[in-house]
Amino acid sequence: MNKREFLKGLVLFFPAGGVLGALAGEVGAKESGGKEVGAKEAGGKPDGKADDPANHYYGMGIEVDKCIGCSRCVEACKAENDVPREPFFFRTWIERYVIKKDGDVNVECINVKGKGGKETVQDDPDVLRTFFVPKLCNHCVNPPCVQVCPVGATFATKDGVVLIDSKRCVGCRYCIQACPYGARYLDPRTKTADKCSFCYHRVRRGLLPACVEVCPTQARIFGDLRSKASRLVRFARMNKIHVLKPSLNTEPKVYYAQLDGEVR
Amino acid sequence: MTAEAQGLSELLEQITGFIYPNEIEIHWSILIVVYPYITGLVAGAFILASLVKVFNVKEVQPTYRLALLTALAFLLVAPFPLLLHLGRPERFYEILLTPNVTSAMAMFGFVYAWYLMGVLLLEVWFEYRRDLILLAARERSPMSWVYRALSLFSTDTSEAAVVFDRKAVRAITIIGIPSAFLLHGYVGFIFGSVKANPWWGSVLMPIVFLMSAIVSGIALVILLYMVLTAMRREAIDMGCLDTITSYLFYAVIVDFSLEALDFIHRLYQSEESVKILGKLITHKLFMSLFVLQILLGMFIPLGILVLAKSRKFNDDLRKLLYFTAVILIQLGIFSTRWNVVIGGQLFSKSFRGLMTYKMEVMGIEGLLTALVVLALPFVILAVLIRVLPTKRLDDQASTTGEPVVPAGAANPAALTRS
Amino acid sequence: MRIPEQIKRLTLVIAVIVAGALLARFYVIPRSLIAMDLHRASTVERELAKPVKLAGSTACQGCHEDQYVKKSKGFHKNLACEGCHGPAAQHAEDPGAVKPPAPRDRKFCPLCHAYDASRPTGFPQINPTVHNPLKPCIACHSPHDPVPPRTPQACSACHAQIERTKAVSSHALLTCTTCHGVSEQHKKAPRTAVPTKPTTRDFCAKCHGQDSPQKDPPKIDVSTHGGSYLCWQCHYPHLPEGRG
Repeated sequence: MNKREFLKGLVLFFPAGGVLGALAGEVGAKESGGKEVGAKEAGGKPDGKADDPANHYYGMGIEVDKCIGCSRCVEACKAENDVPREPFFFRTWIERYVIKKDGDVNVECINVKGKGGKETVQDDPDVLRTFFVPKLCNHCVNPPCVQVCPVGATFATKDGVVLIDSKRCVGCRYCIQACPYGARYLDPRTKTADKCSFCYHRVRRGLLPACVEVCPTQARIFGDLRSKASRLVRFARMNKIHVLKPSLNTEPKVYYAQLDGEVR
Repeated sequence: MTAEAQGLSELLEQITGFIYPNEIEIHWSILIVVYPYITGLVAGAFILASLVKVFNVKEVQPTYRLALLTALAFLLVAPFPLLLHLGRPERFYEILLTPNVTSAMAMFGFVYAWYLMGVLLLEVWFEYRRDLILLAARERSPMSWVYRALSLFSTDTSEAAVVFDRKAVRAITIIGIPSAFLLHGYVGFIFGSVKANPWWGSVLMPIVFLMSAIVSGIALVILLYMVLTAMRREAIDMGCLDTITSYLFYAVIVDFSLEALDFIHRLYQSEESVKILGKLITHKLFMSLFVLQILLGMFIPLGILVLAKSRKFNDDLRKLLYFTAVILIQLGIFSTRWNVVIGGQLFSKSFRGLMTYKMEVMGIEGLLTALVVLALPFVILAVLIRVLPTKRLDDQASTTGEPVVPAGAANPAALTRS
Repeated sequence: MRIPEQIKRLTLVIAVIVAGALLARFYVIPRSLIAMDLHRASTVERELAKPVKLAGSTACQGCHEDQYVKKSKGFHKNLACEGCHGPAAQHAEDPGAVKPPAPRDRKFCPLCHAYDASRPTGFPQINPTVHNPLKPCIACHSPHDPVPPRTPQACSACHAQIERTKAVSSHALLTCTTCHGVSEQHKKAPRTAVPTKPTTRDFCAKCHGQDSPQKDPPKIDVSTHGGSYLCWQCHYPHLPEGRG
């Protein structure tokens, strides 16, 4: 190629590149209309309490000393959210801790059939403390599951609920590996990841999550951290609050009162 | 109950201690063990190739093209285990269209694309361009058209062009070394960044992954070189073999040191997870870790290599020893991947229990699929070797070492280059 | 400057690939496949469109005012209707079509009330095998106001575990009221009318001090024994010294 041909090519190259670049920039700007769903959530306004989700920030409080391990919450959740009925997929579950005087700790999940969960547990003089702990997705402020999802199928809404887009989930299971609390599972019917959604479809209608609704002892408290009159805010005022695995800096929004040090 | 649920129910009996109920299912199966094994081989083979072009280790030259083609064959197969493993494989394109930039897995897609297109294919093209033109002239159609297309319809085989090719190869290899580190280091990072899992979440993970990848890649090229020369009934270049196995030896030493460091560090620091991890390796990973990975995969090959280097054995015995060592090393590195991937899922994040992995034989994530995926690169490599000669054309030396001059050679001066 | 032929060809191929990729990404592929905000919005839409299966207790009040008011005064006031009757949103929509079940067998109430050592002390628990076997629970306890048919006379009706512990201890013959002051209100409002507990060392000294008129209890020198700590900080009153 000689100088003339080179310059001709150059003359064509820059404008062509410029046009392409400008077009790309324009389309890119149109597409980046916000990373998360903000105030302009399209469609589906719930009837009744329709207001801006950004005004709320939801969390849950659990009083361990009130839980009687009746598992009404587990049953209600499975009914409300169509969770697979096999005895190992749970959006929420109850753990029983038995701490003996010699320091031995025995933990079991009372909802997994065939693995303990007897209805009457006899008195054992060696037992120092024994209690139930409800567990669920913690809807972390700093969620590791959202961080690792390769396609952005799981995300946190402005009102603090971590949701899963089951139409986009590719089923790579990285989020299930990344969750430190074992809150996620792969739905065997859709082959996508699934977990507790704080019953978002109920909460946005002004109802309580199913598990909170049926708890007979009010061991679960659901509330809005941004509201001035919120059961959760009072809960946080009256109790010393713990979260699970604080050293992992996930900043969970499920706050436990009277949480024993043996609970993981 | 579905068959899957039935299978999981059986696993309920095999739990020891306490696990979070959702943890019963082992999510990343043998396909995800095969995947880092394959990408490791890619990185390792490429590093071996870079020894020739960047560090000018002339003795290793006979394996240069073989290493490149091996890297390419394995890289082409690497996405398959991932695709097969997805719960919704038909949605795989989303990783490319809307990647989440905070996700290592998503970013890996682009690292992979860069390495395939920007490094490996480019280097193969520059290395083979001249030969492709010669082959296009020599072969009948349709193969001649294939060669013409592969060379991108290039025709210049002049001295200057070949010199340019060589410079380009060197430049690409220089970029390729950190790219290879990135390729497999990223896989290590995918595990190493998971803070929820103490078996995986460690700063050393990408480094250990990379070093064991280099070990396995070099060992594989040695294996393939020995098999190929035996199949072609050619004399093997013992100088080359001795040099590569030396590099293999150094790589195994470094790899072993890193893994020993990780172990000692964990034991000494004695964090909360050390108890359950101790139970994990003694109850669930005893065979695969102590016997396969460490004894058979590291100590014995190290011993064999030391033996072969220190004593003056004859060629045949050395070949036998090297062959045994590289087979054991492949076994060891595969076990390493197993211990990381499966091992990390066999203990509960509550640190109170252990689970079991039941590998299916049939089924899309079963043993058979894994074996097919492992065999596929060799099939591709065989095709590649047929199409792209492992020896530079016009340099197909007979055992006497004299160059062979075919009819229609473009440039006689090319004969003298190695 | 002469550009090598290889570079020309490569540049062409790369330009074609890049142009193709850009074209595909920005023109061919529809925005709906790519825009994350649209995906998030549609996810929220789909979530909100999910059916509500539990109506919530206030929904029941509209038609079942009597039971609602009765329940709101009794021990089950915090127990949601659907805790026992199951999800009833469909019934709330169309009462005639679907009737929520009312559990009538003896298997149901023990889900909460069977004795379980892990349940908090004082939560009303029974042993289902020996507590009026064969009789359905609702025969004696109205589920909407589950007051026991006769007011429990003994503390062991609710505090059976403490009673069982104390029964094998050296304090077996002491009645609960020896140490705890209990009002009748405690049986109606257990968590608000809380029994009293001793507050000073002098209380235990009434039996265990050197000057005590009681002959049987072991005696200690109150002024020196245990410093200024309260007695029950070391000795569990329901099973002192933990023998047995």
